[in-house]
Amino acid sequence: MKIEISNLQFSYPNGIQALNGISLTIDSNEQVAIVGQNGAGKTTLVKHLNGLLQPTQGQVLIGDWDTSKHSVAKLASRVGYVFQNPDEQLFSKTVGTEVAFGPRNLGFNGDQVQALVKDALTLTELSDKTETNPYDLSVTWRKMVALASIISMDTDIVVFDEPTTGQDAVNIARIANVIAELRKRGKTVITITHDIDFCSENFERIIALSQGKILLDGKANEVLGQEEILATTYVDPPQLTRLGKRLNFNQTVRKEEEFLDVLSKDRS
Amino acid sequence: MAIVNLQNVAYKYPLTDSPALQNITFQVNEGEFVAIIGPNGAGKSTLCYTLAGFVPHFFKGELAGHVEVAGIESHNSSLSEWVLNVGLAFQNPFNQISGAKYTVFEELAFGLENIGIPREEMKTRVEDAMKLTGISDLAERSPYSLSGGQQQRVALTSILVMQPKVLVLDEPTSQMDPIGTREVFGVIRRMAERGMTVILVEHKVEWIAQFADRVIALKDGQILLDGTPSEVLTSPLLQENGFGISRYTSVARIAKEMGLWKKDKLPVTLDEAVEGFSLAKHR
Repeated sequence: MKIEISNLQFSYPNGIQALNGISLTIDSNEQVAIVGQNGAGKTTLVKHLNGLLQPTQGQVLIGDWDTSKHSVAKLASRVGYVFQNPDEQLFSKTVGTEVAFGPRNLGFNGDQVQALVKDALTLTELSDKTETNPYDLSVTWRKMVALASIISMDTDIVVFDEPTTGQDAVNIARIANVIAELRKRGKTVITITHDIDFCSENFERIIALSQGKILLDGKANEVLGQEEILATTYVDPPQLTRLGKRLNFNQTVRKEEEFLDVLSKDRS
Repeated sequence: MAIVNLQNVAYKYPLTDSPALQNITFQVNEGEFVAIIGPNGAGKSTLCYTLAGFVPHFFKGELAGHVEVAGIESHNSSLSEWVLNVGLAFQNPFNQISGAKYTVFEELAFGLENIGIPREEMKTRVEDAMKLTGISDLAERSPYSLSGGQQQRVALTSILVMQPKVLVLDEPTSQMDPIGTREVFGVIRRMAERGMTVILVEHKVEWIAQFADRVIALKDGQILLDGTPSEVLTSPLLQENGFGISRYTSVARIAKEMGLWKKDKLPVTLDEAVEGFSLAKHR
């Protein structure tokens, strides 16, 4: 499902202008990462996708729906949003009921809900924790419950706000798997992240925000190669990109294969 | 001289059967900057709580072995002695902000008020600490109106103003942007150079490698490795046990198998990687 944002401006009630005219289109089945310094407007921007915030000026279209003309409850059938802090999202007594809450609310029938829950729990490796209270789990697993409770809603668009914060390498790999699977299913995935290595290894399009505006928007290699511009929004290029640059590689590299490829050609 | 001394420490939270920590023995010298790494659930936060006296004084449970930090011994002390000597910044800054103050400035003075620091000194300390961590412009904001990364800077600053002998930090940069993270690591490094002892839990291996003096790897409540950043962060044991490693180390490990990395030692920092790969290039 296509997302079209035109000249989006937003001011908080205290007068702080958080978004200063954002225009962008995200096609169905695109996976996009949003990066930028603390306070750049990343979370403010994605909260416009499901109507949690309404534009001060401009327009946000989710498919053919204008977010200002539909309720948050209605938009929830198209856009799933996983909060940065799982504790702001979880409230049920068991993982199973938590993950069933979304699809049930969207009006899926009993059998459908059951199938969606089963699928979401399998994907997030939570199948053995169905009967557990989410708050008896570590924060690592609560994060996975938050992911599962959105995935089970089977929305065309899924938004993750900082999915890897405080996660170890094993769980980051798990989250990368979830995103890869959603890509296979044709979902639009939008992820806010400060983890630039994770971003570089899992996303092909990157948008860098700065002070409520789009600073860069393009293919991952193009965006991540712009070290000086990224620095203005407090983002460092990924480790391997910086290494390639220091070694005077004639192209921007992000992934291990790319790096080794250039290195071996360089030598021969 | 050792300012932290743990001997055969084991700990169980109340109402649990399995220990959160066991066989923990290590010393930390004054002014040393030690990073603690480990997968989720390894016991990193529990170790922080133990070093700051929250275990056992706040969490109760069963603590065995010898824990001594800045001359205070866990079994014969109260939490009020700990706060004068050891500062702990929580993993989630939201849990640390008092909720009793309207501005960041007042929030930062809260700890000082509680230990009876004179007014003028309070102001100087708060202003100096805000400058150090780059939050002077937030002084009049409400602590609750800040972004996650800004709240983390406030949480760290609220500990620095207390001028503890030992600084214990539990993932203090988890919500910060990348360059903000690097800046905060720089601040922590400077505190260590001024003689403050720093114990830091972190997943961000690149900055640990560059800034810490020593790394302790925890797994299942026990110490798996303890050594220099280079020794610990290049150990093959890390990947086998679910630890994150830097891309410099992992790419050099593969390059070594391909004959493209000529040194014995694998790199942990960008500079080491540049040096080693340049060697391969210009042969």
